[in-house]
Amino acid sequence: MIKIQNVNYRYGARALLSNMNLELMQGSFHFLTGPSGSGKTTFLKLCYGDLQPTSGHLSLFGEPITDLNRDEIADARRRIGVVHQDCNFLDHLCLAENIVLPLRVSGQTARINAKDLQELLAWVGLAEHSQSFPPELSGGERQRAAIARAVIMDPDMILADEPTGNIDWEMSLKLMQLLVSLNKMGKTIVVATHDMALIRSIKPHLNARVLRIQNGGIQLAGADL
Amino acid sequence: MTMVTAGLKLLRSRHAMDTIVPHSGFSVWLTVLASVTMSFLAVFALALSVTTAQLAMRWSESLARNTTVRILAPAGQQRLQTERALEILRATPGVASAQAISPEDLQTLLTPWLGPDTPIDTLPVPTLIDVIETPNGYDTEGLRLRLAAEIPSAVLDDHERWRRPLVDAANHLQRLGILSLGLIFLTTAIIVSLAAQSALSANVQVIHVLRLIGARDLYIVRAFVRRFTRRAFWGALVGALFGMAAVALIPEAADTQGFLTGLGFQGWTWLIPLFLAPISGAIAYLATRLAAFHSLKGMA
Repeated sequence: MIKIQNVNYRYGARALLSNMNLELMQGSFHFLTGPSGSGKTTFLKLCYGDLQPTSGHLSLFGEPITDLNRDEIADARRRIGVVHQDCNFLDHLCLAENIVLPLRVSGQTARINAKDLQELLAWVGLAEHSQSFPPELSGGERQRAAIARAVIMDPDMILADEPTGNIDWEMSLKLMQLLVSLNKMGKTIVVATHDMALIRSIKPHLNARVLRIQNGGIQLAGADL
Repeated sequence: MTMVTAGLKLLRSRHAMDTIVPHSGFSVWLTVLASVTMSFLAVFALALSVTTAQLAMRWSESLARNTTVRILAPAGQQRLQTERALEILRATPGVASAQAISPEDLQTLLTPWLGPDTPIDTLPVPTLIDVIETPNGYDTEGLRLRLAAEIPSAVLDDHERWRRPLVDAANHLQRLGILSLGLIFLTTAIIVSLAAQSALSANVQVIHVLRLIGARDLYIVRAFVRRFTRRAFWGALVGALFGMAAVALIPEAADTQGFLTGLGFQGWTWLIPLFLAPISGAIAYLATRLAAFHSLKGMA
């Protein structure tokens, strides 16, 4: 799905990612760890085409990202659900409108009806909140809504950037269970988090790889667990 | 027809796309106010153009077909020379009619200058012959030479001397009106473009979210274009109606009054200002589209 070969990313004079190699396969589950500022978000942004590598080769669904124009990157993003720590909702739209927004911008609103939407909201535990506005929701509810928005396009991959950063332990576990269930449906999942305790509690329930970004490089982090 | 349908679709009151960008910010009022004001001014520029175009045409047509022969002969010769001049004129191809102006009409003509009590029959006033041409006209130079040969005191005046500057002035005013319209449209485009850029900058976060979920630039541009086009259209329509009302309040023209009292629209020309709304909408559509694509390129 995503193939990264000798990728470097520099911001000004500072090298954020150096000589990175990784392949994200269909149906895999990856945890991405590392201290704050290590480059986890930068790595995810490279994966969904928000940033371009300074050098190296990165292919998105088999296409070199440097060959994709803005419209093609937009089309590729429809196959990737992104969940951010701050959720990135449009606060003037209600939850239901926010969740169906990816379908609206891609002209595919016919793909979902009110019943499907209600089922999706019930799946993330927000059936009662379809007409609520994002600022009216708690952190955990917003994160679950972000997952609902991320899956509405039936994407091949979900990238979650610190999805449990603002929520309590119990809610974090519920959120991770949603991601695990999506992985079991065949979705590729990448979760960037610095919460090792969360990884330790979830990892036994699935076949996940834990990767650590440090000093610009990426490595398997099995020893930390 | 397709463009009209697309325009009407764009102006439809509610559309799902309208909700994507929040309704706030000074760009809303800037666009509406600019459209109202510019359209209001454009009505006057239009009125000037339409009026001067009509004046130029009327002066050209009426004066071009009207000529005067002036005869100031020595005492005792006046009547004879007038009759001979009338004979020549009536026999000239291209002359529809030739009629000597009666002493009563002459008195009326000169009253504004000499007063009502002046006995003009005691003054050396020339006899005037009013000549009306056929649509094809006559050979001016040929007639002038013939009159000069047979009636030395006759002077043929085809009004060219004073007609040409008047028509030129009217045409010049018409061009100024059109230029003003062009400048008004250009200013509208610039204001809408700046307002659109401001709205795009104020909604960077919205654009970021839309891009994150797979929106193409065209989709984002449409959300803004639709909004600005509607504002410009309705603003211009209101401005045009105010402008038309203001023009309608200008006093009606009368024979004794001047050019300014004749400024305005007549008959079907009252419909022309209504076209300002779709024109402003089209300008806003293009200006916003260009500005939005340019801004989005910069945000990439």
